[in-house]
Amino acid sequence: MSIITVQLGQCGNQIGPEVFSVLCSDACGTHGLCSKKENESYCGACKERFFCEEESEVPAARAVLIDMEPKVISQTLSVAARSGCWKYDDQSHFCQKQGSGNNWANGYSVHGPRHKEAIMNLVQREAEKCDRLGGFFTIMSMAGGTGSGLGAFVTQCLRDDFPTSFILNHVIWPYGTGEVIVQNYNSVLTLSHLYQSSDALLVHENDVIHKICAQLMNIKQISFRDVNQVIAHQLGSVLQPTHTAGGSHYSRNPLGDLMETLVPHPEFKMLGLRNIPQMPENSLAYSTFTWPGLIKHLRQMLIANAKMEEGIDWQVRPPGPGSSTPSSHSTNKPLHFNTSIANLIVLRGKDAHSVDLGSFQDPSLYTSWLTPQDAFKAWKTPRAFNKYEKSASLVSNSQFLLKPLDNVVGKAWNMFASRAYIHQYTKFGIEEEDFLDSFTALEQIISSYTLL
Amino acid sequence: PAPLPFAVGQCGNQVGCRFWDLALREHAAVNKKGIYDEALSSFFRNIDTRSGSDGPDIYKGKICSLKARALLIDMEEGVVNEILQGPLRDVFDSKQLITDVSGSGNNWAVGHKVYGCQYQESIMETLRKSAEHCDCLQCFFIIHSMGGGTGSGLGTFILKLLEDEFPEVYRFVTSVYPSGEDDVITSPYNSVLAMKELNEHADCVLPIENESLFDIVNKINQMINSGKLGSTLKPNSLVTSHAGSAKTGQEKPFDAMNNIVANLLLNLTSSARFEGSLNMDLNEISMNLVPFPRLHYLVSSLTPLYTLADVNVPSRRLDQMFSDAFSRDHQLIRADPKHSLYLACALLVRGNVQVSDLRRNIERLKPSLHFVSWNQEGWKTGLCSVPPVGHSHSLLALANNTCVKPTFIELKDRFKKLYKKKAHLHHYLHVDGMEQSCFSEAISSLSDLIEEYNELDAMKGGPRTDPSRLKIAT
Repeated sequence: MSIITVQLGQCGNQIGPEVFSVLCSDACGTHGLCSKKENESYCGACKERFFCEEESEVPAARAVLIDMEPKVISQTLSVAARSGCWKYDDQSHFCQKQGSGNNWANGYSVHGPRHKEAIMNLVQREAEKCDRLGGFFTIMSMAGGTGSGLGAFVTQCLRDDFPTSFILNHVIWPYGTGEVIVQNYNSVLTLSHLYQSSDALLVHENDVIHKICAQLMNIKQISFRDVNQVIAHQLGSVLQPTHTAGGSHYSRNPLGDLMETLVPHPEFKMLGLRNIPQMPENSLAYSTFTWPGLIKHLRQMLIANAKMEEGIDWQVRPPGPGSSTPSSHSTNKPLHFNTSIANLIVLRGKDAHSVDLGSFQDPSLYTSWLTPQDAFKAWKTPRAFNKYEKSASLVSNSQFLLKPLDNVVGKAWNMFASRAYIHQYTKFGIEEEDFLDSFTALEQIISSYTLL
Repeated sequence: PAPLPFAVGQCGNQVGCRFWDLALREHAAVNKKGIYDEALSSFFRNIDTRSGSDGPDIYKGKICSLKARALLIDMEEGVVNEILQGPLRDVFDSKQLITDVSGSGNNWAVGHKVYGCQYQESIMETLRKSAEHCDCLQCFFIIHSMGGGTGSGLGTFILKLLEDEFPEVYRFVTSVYPSGEDDVITSPYNSVLAMKELNEHADCVLPIENESLFDIVNKINQMINSGKLGSTLKPNSLVTSHAGSAKTGQEKPFDAMNNIVANLLLNLTSSARFEGSLNMDLNEISMNLVPFPRLHYLVSSLTPLYTLADVNVPSRRLDQMFSDAFSRDHQLIRADPKHSLYLACALLVRGNVQVSDLRRNIERLKPSLHFVSWNQEGWKTGLCSVPPVGHSHSLLALANNTCVKPTFIELKDRFKKLYKKKAHLHHYLHVDGMEQSCFSEAISSLSDLIEEYNELDAMKGGPRTDPSRLKIAT
């Protein structure tokens, strides 16, 4: 089944091409460290999922590019075309000239309805090119006006027009210290609206990825491109084909599998992603990892809510049997231990099939709603990913995002109390009431995750 | 996206003239192949002049004849005529110009009430034509001075007109405020009358003080003359002179100062014209820097102000640029933001500067700046890849800060000095439509604005208690 990627705003249209580059160069590359047959199977599955093969030309990404100003898309199209490995369909983009001015209301209430038909026509066109549509993957930032506001509107339209397709929103959490001053308002409005139409929100935080670039990748002058490339690698590690449980064929329904595994309850849609190891390309040849080592680190990263494999707090332990559950005193209790609803591990590389993942089935990691067998799933493939001999990813529906979410809502609320900037939103039809509804919705989500 | 500039009055047109000259040179430096691209199209139309000067627009392909998208308005002919006889004569179309002969006599009322009324039709006509030629009108840009009659009076009349006709299009104003020793005696009247209009009808105002520009130019001249920086300082740059624009003869007295304002406008619009990893256009500036509708006066500072011959700038020099932007030497109005309260701040960086450089410097500078409690992280940032001509990078800082208050208080005081004695009042009251109430309303509007800043200042340094969050039933 195919996945259509919807790139929204500057962020979405800058990350998108990095993702397709990774997917394509990995799939067509020769670093698979596996049999030719396996490689071909992998490559074929990737192509079907993300690319449309044209007759004699390079494959075209299954993507729709949307922005309210022209410069970024224009750049994105030409960079892709120059790569020689893949490209975008010339007609799959939609842009305007005036931008959204970082104004969620402008993106949602003005640009959305105005351009709905043109945008959904493009989506329909891409959908018709797929033999079977598996769902949508949208890439957007919460901080600005287009990705966030228009993105929320488009997600709603996707839900209306494709009621049985899966929608996974990839959401970029902005740097805590200003990219955009009204980013917290835009974030609150985006998250509350996405929650209603999306199946799951997969989050990447700029601050976290920035740290990875600084401390693990050893990059001195970190650019947005560097950040986007790490994000693309992490996404690729989840999105590339893997075998279904015990099977030897590549899974046909990745988004469906993801949702089924990780989102058992509609109140809990926030997914975090961790991927290890992460290092500069020129160090890859000199490093070796063992699966037990990687699994041990990933498990502790989960438990201690660590964002990368350095600085993990090894003191944190899951609650022992018989200890009182934290939920009854949750408002004051510091949340050292990260409780999970469900987890997914993706392993890529030699001997992936024989890895012991028992430590992730420990019931003390989870809430009591699902059995550990249901709360934990693993996808594997012996085929190595993106030149890493072994790569392990964790997609987690847990309290990973509780603190960032609480921070954003807190800052937005603080600003809202003085009604600063509200006139900019009411100008385009988003009233104080709409803000209050969004705040209420998010406080509810925060409360739900806190009480796990 | 096209910002549509209006140069009104003598000051406005002199600054405007420098702006167009620098814009052409900036684009020429970047656009080597002579192709009419998106970046150029934001400020210039491309006309096919083979069939005469009124040919059709060419939207793609080679540059044929560039015409600035602009309206040049003056009630005296001198300045506009000079432009039309100078090296920029082919850049302007006679249809974009609106002039008269007798001027406004440094009288806001004449500019606003008399000429406003008289030229309303033709301004609208010209405006509609220009708007038609833009495929997307993003915002209006007025360049004028506050102290005279045309820029101040007619300029603010146009502001109101734009609000009525195109209410959704942002109105940005660059206003040159007179100094205390301005030779126009009635400049306080003109300025305060104009301020009321700016309060009510502008989305965003960049106040600029002649005194600051004068100080900057002096410092640059001192540096050049003292030879302090030796061969590392290039005296000819887009900032300090217009050498290279084929102009013969001496530099006029305000040219260097006008160059600085022109550079401000170039940098302000750079991210809308050129690509970068984090774009920032004028609508975003207005959105992020104006938390309450009337508090829309932004302190601007620009760096660097002179060219370094050494283009290979190490990190330390880059950080120096950020420090400079927060030093009073580089501000275009005399104010003290570090000792006042920031409501919001924007940094627009051009050149090879990455997000990590931005973040490092924000972290470094933050502790010495006071931000209002509900906007502790009030930074809006933009990264444009294309640096200005002759520099490897540059930084424009825009601050919404209560430090503008003293400027307005001084203005109010100068106004009151004159008004108490009813000096020169009759020149204004003679004008049809002008009454004493115009003056009292104007000063009252200014007082209210000052009061709003006072209230914010009162909050500064007080104990900070975050409002309690919404409670959810569990």
